[in-house]
Amino acid sequence: MQRVTRDVLVQKAISLLSAGTVDRVLGWKAGEFSYDVTPYVFKDAEALKADFVFDDFCGANFSKYLVKECGKSEGKVLVFLKPCDTYSFNQLLTEHRFDREKVYAVGIPCDGMADITKIREKAEGISEITAEGDGFCVKTLYDGDVKLTKEEALAERCLNCKSQKHVAYDELLGEEGEVIDSGRFTGVEALEAMTPDERFAFWKGELSRCIRCNACRDVCPACTCEKCVFDNPKSGVENKAIADSFEEKMFHIIRAFHVAGRCTDCGECSRVCPQNIPLHLLNRKFIKDINGFYGDYQAGEEAYSRAPLVNYTTEDIEPADAVKKGDGENA
Amino acid sequence: MQRVGVFVCWCGSNIAATVDVKAVAEALKAEPGVVFSTDYQYMCSQAGQDMIKEAIREHQLTGVVICSCSPRMHEATFRKTAESAGINPYMVEIANIREQCSWVHKDIPTGTEKAIILGRAAIAKVSLNAPLTPGESPVTKRALVIGGGIAGIQTALDIADAGFPVDIVEKKPTIGGKMAQIDKTFPTLDCAACILTPKMVDVAQNDKIRIFSYSEVEAVSGFVGNFDVKIKKKARFVDETKCTGCGLCTEKCPQKKVPNDFNLGMDMKRAIYIPFAQAVPKVATIEADYCNMLKNGKCGVCAKVCTAGAIDYKQQDEIIEEKYGAIVVATGFNPISMEKFDEFAYNQSKDVITSLEFERLTNAAGPTAGKLLRPSDGKHPETIVFVQCVGSRCDACNEKGKEYCSKICCMYTAKHAMLTRDKYPDTDVYVFYIDVRTPGKNFDEFYRRAVEEYGVHYIKGMVGKILPEGDKLKVRASDLIENKQINIDADLVVLAAAIEPDKSARPLATMLTASMDTNDFFTEAHPKLRPVESPTAGVFLSGACQGPKDIPETVSQAGAAASKVIGLLAKDKLLGNPCVAGSDEMMCNGCSSCERVCPYGAISYLDKEFRMPDRTTKVRRVAQVNEAVCQGCGACTVACPSGAMDLKGFKNNQILAEVDAICR
Repeated sequence: MQRVTRDVLVQKAISLLSAGTVDRVLGWKAGEFSYDVTPYVFKDAEALKADFVFDDFCGANFSKYLVKECGKSEGKVLVFLKPCDTYSFNQLLTEHRFDREKVYAVGIPCDGMADITKIREKAEGISEITAEGDGFCVKTLYDGDVKLTKEEALAERCLNCKSQKHVAYDELLGEEGEVIDSGRFTGVEALEAMTPDERFAFWKGELSRCIRCNACRDVCPACTCEKCVFDNPKSGVENKAIADSFEEKMFHIIRAFHVAGRCTDCGECSRVCPQNIPLHLLNRKFIKDINGFYGDYQAGEEAYSRAPLVNYTTEDIEPADAVKKGDGENA
Repeated sequence: MQRVGVFVCWCGSNIAATVDVKAVAEALKAEPGVVFSTDYQYMCSQAGQDMIKEAIREHQLTGVVICSCSPRMHEATFRKTAESAGINPYMVEIANIREQCSWVHKDIPTGTEKAIILGRAAIAKVSLNAPLTPGESPVTKRALVIGGGIAGIQTALDIADAGFPVDIVEKKPTIGGKMAQIDKTFPTLDCAACILTPKMVDVAQNDKIRIFSYSEVEAVSGFVGNFDVKIKKKARFVDETKCTGCGLCTEKCPQKKVPNDFNLGMDMKRAIYIPFAQAVPKVATIEADYCNMLKNGKCGVCAKVCTAGAIDYKQQDEIIEEKYGAIVVATGFNPISMEKFDEFAYNQSKDVITSLEFERLTNAAGPTAGKLLRPSDGKHPETIVFVQCVGSRCDACNEKGKEYCSKICCMYTAKHAMLTRDKYPDTDVYVFYIDVRTPGKNFDEFYRRAVEEYGVHYIKGMVGKILPEGDKLKVRASDLIENKQINIDADLVVLAAAIEPDKSARPLATMLTASMDTNDFFTEAHPKLRPVESPTAGVFLSGACQGPKDIPETVSQAGAAASKVIGLLAKDKLLGNPCVAGSDEMMCNGCSSCERVCPYGAISYLDKEFRMPDRTTKVRRVAQVNEAVCQGCGACTVACPSGAMDLKGFKNNQILAEVDAICR
């Protein structure tokens, strides 16, 4: 259950539209099923009243939509940002990917978003999902009502939420939250504890399921290139037919390198993966290593900050030491 | 499709002994695009080069692959050859089958296989090469010398002598450096001041030379021929243009308790001081941390006594911006800290001193006016022990010292021992050594004189421990030749401390993008053939910043660096490197990653209007490379997430083609 309701957001959007502050609203709209929520650009109060949705399935990070949306009209676009979305927002600003002047950002609190894949594992034939106290009640076609706790239903990224704090906004609904000392690196540590062979087997198993739908790239707020290398025949690595399973591994590894130091760990890649590959683990390994090598750094925490990978200081780790750490304690 | 010619060099037996050159030439004939392939004994010889030229004409070659030594060695040679035969010099690729192949492999099959693979990679690359034309840039005809010791002084004098203006930046209030602190010089024993100070005066009087003393280099940008340098002139609170160097202020200043760094803290100076009588510029400087006037506004004596009105308590640091065509690094050395050497009791006894402190103790202008007296009680020492290699030639795991030999200690210790015995024949002088190293003109004769004529006791072995006891220093040592333990009750112990580069060198190297070794000595472009040039174009090396050196060596290197600078400044225009980065604007995101990693500040951004496929226009931020500033390091091409940034001559697809050819 989200502490901010749909009606509050609709009210806010309508008042900003009528005041002329913004001329359109980036929001969520119901899809075919109640849990199938999709981003939508609302242009007027009627559409907002009719179709605007805000519930536990509004996980989509709107920051990336600003790259294209900002150029579409002279007016401002209203965007609702959850705390984790604001990090992507700042990172995109750092990379000059949209015009800050053309955005009106409203920070909204977030109590964690549900993961439909996790729910489906517990309940087959879902007809309706409603929040019930701290958990959820899932109506199913075959097994009647299935009650799920928060832990059973929330996305991994939300159970390991890294921040309740909005790092960028024009206006904030509700109280300012705190940065959380989350357990988000536990999964990476488990991988590091494996032998190289075990780790290889793990990733082979995960990545071999990839169908190369590109959803992870298309949703990723760090992937906003004018022309992605995977779509560019000149790069030599453009979208090819699946020649062998190794190509899929390279795709994800190249992508992890491309977003290294820029990934804010928003977790959208894993959310949208239709094959449930834990792609966020690759990015978190990079984040953990960067923290270890250069001191704690959170991409997007501060707009226009100089990320360690594109900066040089005399305190930087020597490459040889980084390799040693890669082999040993940080492997 | 290119028409590629392959030329495999034997390099005498250097390559041919481990690589079957004929087999390489034969195998590469089959590569796509290759229309001619041959081998020859010395490709770089006139006959070899003629062979290449003839082949270019006869077979209408458009690309040339030379399988030979490192491109650092002969790339320029073969580019010229190609150019004179009418093709673009950048259509030449070198496959290094010597340093990276024949020299590292022992058997012919492996060497040959690898040479073929390297050749294949070069052919794959040259097939994608495009003709390149270098741009021209003007040369600013002024040199900067960083460091005003004997190295910097000599370099500056030689450059000025050729008619080019030179600026010396010295962080201390006076030029002169370490040599100004030394008493006598080996092996001739002439007085250091007598040979140095005339040179300092020459510098001061030369109208081509400007001295920025008490100044430091703050920032460097630009490139060979066109460096922009910011120099911070620290506030000395004395107007240099007014001060006559009369020294009255330094006598009247009531603050007498300022450690005198020129005498290594062995005596005190005033808060306003001139480091030594022959200082250049002979201008007073106020030590701000000690001056009563600057600290709490109470005093002002120096201003009252100064008839020239030179004292300026409100003086601020000043930033000077100047353009230079060449930069010479002459930052010199320092003895390492003895703090960690507890076994030698340096911290516990005033009578354990370093060799540089010994120089000051025996210098007529030093704290004891040249009389050899113990720092603790001012008594004449009767037994003196010299310990060599303190912190030099240490194990790699020993964090206190250095792995290298400091080179000058054997000779100055022999000098100290000999001079002590000469002046005070009643003293007993012992020298503990690991080896005595005397390779230099008249060096060994000098050392033998110390032993044979002056009766210095040279003992092979190291001192294990020094214990201060009463007014004696108990020296526990081993004699490796006699194989016994020795105990000496010494009055004075002199430690030949290892030398290390000045601490300012590391940040300076970063500013200059000049490389350093693990010991923070500057790296030369080639250890044998380009010893005074740094690998960064336009940056030259003079003196001990490049490695331990004595005065004669330093002076010769200083002259050599000067001649390189003169050679550069004599040119009106420099041909640039055409292998520079460029951004494909259609792919550029304007994300600033490249700008952030560019060490030369060559990248800027432009909001540019683009026509979209649907006939609308869109303004996008795109990167622009200043080709005159770009040095072609390629950092931007790696940082660019979309692959928009590419390096001419080393395009991403060329590199990948090489990798593909190797993995084929």
